Amino acid sequence: MNLEEIKIQIEANVPGCFLEILPNASPSGQHSLIVDTEHALTVASFLRDGANPRFDYCSNVTGVDWPLKETSAKQKTKKIVDGVEKEVEEVVKTSTGNYLEVVYHLFSLEDRQGPVVLRMRTEDRAERVHLPSLTPVWRSAELQEREVYDLFGIVFDGHPDLRRLLMWEEFTDHPMRKDYVDPDDYEYEPTPHDEILKRTQAHYAAQEPRSEAGEAR
Amino acid sequence: MDEQLKSELRRQGVVATSLQELYNWGRKSSIWPLNFGLACCAIEMIATTMARYDLARFGAEVFRPSPRQADLMIVAGTVTKKMAPQVVRLYNQMAEPKYVISMGACAISGGPFKQGYNVLKGIDRYIPVDVFIPGCPPRPEALLDAFLMLQRKIDEQQLTGPERPRHLQAEQPSEFIVPQYSEHDLIPTRNDTIWHAPLVNISNAGANESGRD
Repeated sequence: MNLEEIKIQIEANVPGCFLEILPNASPSGQHSLIVDTEHALTVASFLRDGANPRFDYCSNVTGVDWPLKETSAKQKTKKIVDGVEKEVEEVVKTSTGNYLEVVYHLFSLEDRQGPVVLRMRTEDRAERVHLPSLTPVWRSAELQEREVYDLFGIVFDGHPDLRRLLMWEEFTDHPMRKDYVDPDDYEYEPTPHDEILKRTQAHYAAQEPRSEAGEAR
Repeated sequence: MDEQLKSELRRQGVVATSLQELYNWGRKSSIWPLNFGLACCAIEMIATTMARYDLARFGAEVFRPSPRQADLMIVAGTVTKKMAPQVVRLYNQMAEPKYVISMGACAISGGPFKQGYNVLKGIDRYIPVDVFIPGCPPRPEALLDAFLMLQRKIDEQQLTGPERPRHLQAEQPSEFIVPQYSEHDLIPTRNDTIWHAPLVNISNAGANESGRD
């Protein structure tokens, strides 16, 4: 089973869909298929019912947060300045990310094939975080899509019961996002280091004015 | 009564006792724990009640499924922030005198999940704890040891005087604040009347790379 073949199969059967293979350079070579949100539900139904092999089992749904990452690199280019060719350094800025991603792992129990990795991406991380739910196709995605909604804040349109799964209903944050700031309930750590050290310092810096006001430590 | 005289009388077949001793002996010999577990520590707690470790030897085998009939709450496992209000409410519903054993690293301090977004940093932030058992999870022997420690503690309790336990002092609370869910965290994050932050000198924490002054 080859992802290229599956991509050709889908493109032949779902007109107008836009697919892209995201290569995985690691030894496992588990490449994934980026599906456009508009045709995702049709692609999923085709994979379950019409494809060869039929992917009848969705084993895993998870989310990934890709915050905006801007990198600037210096590039030397040749330009003609005042009639003379000169080497000029230019700063080229590139930005990646700024979207949330949801990943589905599909297996074919009939033919013992898989996994095929599907990915869908939202338009950004703030407002346009809607994706189509694949629960109508694979029932096993129901709770896991709820978990992704809870921890990443991706809203699945068409999900039968989209509520928070792990955190309480009154909770408003999405803790697995990279920019999540947790409440400052720091407590003594004997050997703080790395992230914990930063939290230690931030916590005691915030406490400082209060202890000067008369609270003896 | 003089201890020496008492043991002398006992040798002759005369048992002399006081109301306090009898009362404490009765209570310590029939501690009924509340039947609930939160995580993997509960498996060790169950093992403790089974034939190999046999908690029944100490009169504590009757696990009650209702807080109204329980004397002891064994907080066995990770207390998540979502679960904390229910744990405190169960404690409030237990009849006095009531005791708490905080079992395992998670129930004491949050354990390996201490810096997580969803784990309470120790159940002692909300309810008074009598015995802490370290371990991840503690062995059944450790839980038995905690039971014996609790029994010693009950045995030493005075019925009268200023040292008498909480349930004999009318002005002392028997119920504690149940935290409420809010947008970012539980409110309040701790009960300041029973929990105090560790008293450590932190002024040098992370002062430089080596960790020294």
